[in-house]
Order: sequence, then C-alpha cells, then structure tokens
Amino acid sequence: MNTWAIVGLIGAGTFALRSSFLAFPGDRAIPDRVRRALRFVPAAVLTAITVPAVAYVDGDLALALSNHRFPAAVVAAAVAWKTKNIAWTIVAGLGVQWLLSIV
Amino acid sequence: MAAHPAAAGEAKRRELTAGIRASLPVLVGVAPFGLITGVSAAAIGMGDGLAVAMSAIVFAGASQLAAVALLDAAAAWPVIVITALIINLRMVMYSAALEPHFRFLARPTRMLLAYLLTDQAFALSITSYADRPGRRYPHWYYGSIGLTLWATWMATTALGVLAGAQVPESWGLTFAVPLVFLALIFPAITDRATASAAVVAGTAALVAQPLPYNLGLVVAAVAGITTGAVVESRQP
Repeated sequence: MNTWAIVGLIGAGTFALRSSFLAFPGDRAIPDRVRRALRFVPAAVLTAITVPAVAYVDGDLALALSNHRFPAAVVAAAVAWKTKNIAWTIVAGLGVQWLLSIV
Repeated sequence: MAAHPAAAGEAKRRELTAGIRASLPVLVGVAPFGLITGVSAAAIGMGDGLAVAMSAIVFAGASQLAAVALLDAAAAWPVIVITALIINLRMVMYSAALEPHFRFLARPTRMLLAYLLTDQAFALSITSYADRPGRRYPHWYYGSIGLTLWATWMATTALGVLAGAQVPESWGLTFAVPLVFLALIFPAITDRATASAAVVAGTAALVAQPLPYNLGLVVAAVAGITTGAVVESRQP
C-alpha cells in the first residue's frame, strides 16, 4: 500500500479519535473498564516497539555485543531512567553505537 | 447579553497571550521531538514531502515515530495504522474531558479545536479551566496553545527533514527512533501495574517478533495492557 495512503489513514483515524466527543457532544461516557485499560497503553506499546527494534537484526534475535544497538540501548536505558530526558537518551544511545562502530 | 466589543477583544487577547506563555516551557520538549521525527522520517527514505506533510496530517508525535519505525521495518499497512491509532486512543479521553468547556461553540470551531488536540494542549487547558472557571473565551486559550504547538511541530519536523537529508546513512540515525521510545517508557512507568504492563509487553514482543506482518507488536501491546489492568484490579 502507498505510504501516502497509510499516513492518510492514520491522520483520518487520529482526527476521528480527537473529534469523537468534541464534534459530537452528548451525555455518552467512556466505560470505566476502557478508561482503566487506556492507562496502560503508553507503557505497553512503547516497550513493545522498542524491544524488537533493539534485540533483532534482519529478523534474527541478536542479544550480543556484536549487535551494537543492544549495548547502546542498555546504556541509553540507564540514562533515560536517570534523566527522563529524550535528548540525553538519544545522545547516549547514538554515542555508544558510534563508539562501537569505530573500535 | 453581549460583551462590550472592546472588552471582548481585550479578554480574547488575554487568553491568547496566556496560552502562548503557558506553551513556552513545553516547547523545550516539543522542539527536539519534532527534529528527531523529521530526521528519522527522512532517514528511512519515505520522501521529504511526505515526511513534512505527515506532521500536518497526523500531528501526533509518538504515533508518527511509530509509523516511521514500522514503515522502516516493512510492516503490513494494517499493523502500522492500528499501532498508530492505539497510541492515539488517549485522545478520546481528552476529547471527552474538554467537550463540556467547548459545548457552546459552533461545530466547525469544535472540529478545528479537535484537530489541534495534543497531550500538552489538553493538560495545560484543563488545569487552567479548573483554576479559573467560568471564562467567556476558554477556546482562545486552548487554541493559542494548539497553534503555538502546531507551528513549532511543523517548523521543527521540516528542519529535521532538511537536516536528515544531509546525514549519511552510516551514522545510523534510524536508531534514534527506538531511543525516543526508550526515553518515553520510563515516565510512563509510575507504579507496579504500569511496570507489569511494560515488562509483559516487552517480553511478549521479543517472543512474538517472528509472527508475520509485525503482528507480534499488536499481540504484545494487548498482552501488556491486559496484564496492567489485571495487576491493578488485584491491588488492595
């Protein structure tokens, strides 16, 4: 599928979510169960995207030093945990990846 | 009862400047996020035009980065769309919470305000409305925050795309995408239930990665969310 169409679908879907209540007011309410489940979306989805991006190389599990992303991510995770700062996390991760690539 | 025109203009201007002032500290976080989104979108070669247009079409950073990561992984398009929308599901909660404040407005205005809805615009507005309720032009405050963030987001993603096009592939900048998510995981873990959600989602993603069409991501997300809800319901 065309990349523009994928982005268009995401945009249309996101606008539908944003306007769900704002464009169509009423006395509907979000069910309690759904509201509670939504709280876990960031922690679950972000981790589910990050782990394979770090641990797999070309479709193979690569939890080894030769996969530079793996040690770089471990260092970056420590920095992220300590600083809670996106910029420092990126600097640390890319820095370690770069260092390993030149040694 | 109509407000005196001059007084109305003054009240609107006050909401407008208060909104811009409230946005400024937030921009410190938004700007680098926009740069990275632009750089990584350019790095995966989705086309510079689309990389910039995506920021206007979607205007939601985490879901844009997820889409970039999945496009790079050649995931099936329904997986890309569903993942991005799962990330943006929280907008429904914001939409519901803001609706009472904007109910008096015409629908086209409300739809424009909906387009500008972000974590930051929601958080700043809802706290401001609680602090000072009964305002005549609350949408000018929210709208000014929304537009400030929108302009910043567009400018920084465009800058990122321009910069990203100059960066050689050997720098491995696509790794910046998972690094951003990594940085966002820790603030999202606030208690035992959210920690369980992250650990189970991460483990499930590791195991389920070989599934076709990147379906492992959806499986892992659902497993994590379910675990979080179960752990929470068992807490005293």
